[in-house]
Amino acid sequence: MSLLEENTLRVVLYEGEGATELPAEERFNILSALLDKGYTVTRAGTGGRVAPADRSAIVALGRFDNGRAPEAEDASGEVSVTFENIDGQAPADLAERIDALREETRTSKHGEWKPWFPVIDYDRCTNCMQCLSFCLFDVYGVDDDQQIEVRNNDNCKTNCPACSRVCPEAAIMFPKYKSGPINGDLVSDADMKREKMKVDISSLLGGDVYDMLRQRSERAKSRFSKERSSDKALNERKKCLTKLVQEGDIPPEVLMSLPSPDEIAKKAEEAAAKAQAALDAQKK
Amino acid sequence: MSEQPRILYCNCAYAKIVPPDVKEAVLRRLCDSGAAFDAVADLCEMSARKDPGLKRLTEGGAVKIAACYPRAVKWLFSAAGAPLVKDATEVLNMRVEAAEEVSSALLSQELNPNIPEGKPRATDAPASESDGPPSMARQDPQ
Repeated sequence: MSLLEENTLRVVLYEGEGATELPAEERFNILSALLDKGYTVTRAGTGGRVAPADRSAIVALGRFDNGRAPEAEDASGEVSVTFENIDGQAPADLAERIDALREETRTSKHGEWKPWFPVIDYDRCTNCMQCLSFCLFDVYGVDDDQQIEVRNNDNCKTNCPACSRVCPEAAIMFPKYKSGPINGDLVSDADMKREKMKVDISSLLGGDVYDMLRQRSERAKSRFSKERSSDKALNERKKCLTKLVQEGDIPPEVLMSLPSPDEIAKKAEEAAAKAQAALDAQKK
Repeated sequence: MSEQPRILYCNCAYAKIVPPDVKEAVLRRLCDSGAAFDAVADLCEMSARKDPGLKRLTEGGAVKIAACYPRAVKWLFSAAGAPLVKDATEVLNMRVEAAEEVSSALLSQELNPNIPEGKPRATDAPASESDGPPSMARQDPQ
């Protein structure tokens, strides 16, 4: 998942010296086409500042003077630089041309995964390890200083904000979530009251949220299997799950994919042990 | 005269949480302005992949970022090992602000740093824009 060791591609729409300035509409169309394909694009003209160069490969697009793209290379030889004349290329064709250059430069491809993962607000986090002991999918871990961290963000279940709901400090965000404070909006006093209520509900249920989820999911499955009419069964199943989905905003596909009770128990035990070990290490 | 802060635009490509008309209008206004700027497909994806490009985007002085909530943007950069400079970063929230408001703020030379610090709550925001920097009022429209 990490790109630290991979090479990335930076596209520069160059409109400075030696190139013609593009009409605004064309500039917009090119930028939109490239952004939709997942590229990072810099629009550079004769003035203004942009992010400095790094080791990313660069493709400089422009309507260059005399219709010829310049030839140049990085003096240090560390960065791959390619110039591409855009004359006569529609934005969609240009985006495809960049795809081809990306493959030639062996740089990473973006946009294959909806980036859904928890982001920790360390200003709020108290390192209580509730998220570590709650998550069954090994998303969380601790660093060398026993500080909670998001370790395997691609293990996270898309659209599931469940761990943020067990955080007593509202410190876990999912920036693509629909509402606050999970989406990163400021945390209100009302949000904190809801956090307290959430803990109480968990206690009322015997403190085992997974068991509750599993039992309700099993009941829904069982009811589904007994129905003869598939339409009726589907409706019933939807009705059973709707409440859970509404209560915790947990996607039905996550509920239906929960492992068996034994596996849940084992994973929950492992996660709780990890959390306890981290808490014990903090005390030392 | 101080330098014009750099501009960074996030297209939030892989979810529909930023109103498409706002995203489009802001990008169009940037293109119309002729200003130099950096644009990324999705800051979340870059953060998840610890894209080194995020570090590049934090370097080089003051920056204005058109994206989503300042608290989320702060920790997205931090998670990728590229912390934003508190006094040199202003985040414009395309989820709640109008396109015109975001565009004007991006293209203005004035920088209103608004990266939260500590445990900010909605009640920390000033009661009206006149009580504090406009950027704070924009953060919390409730």
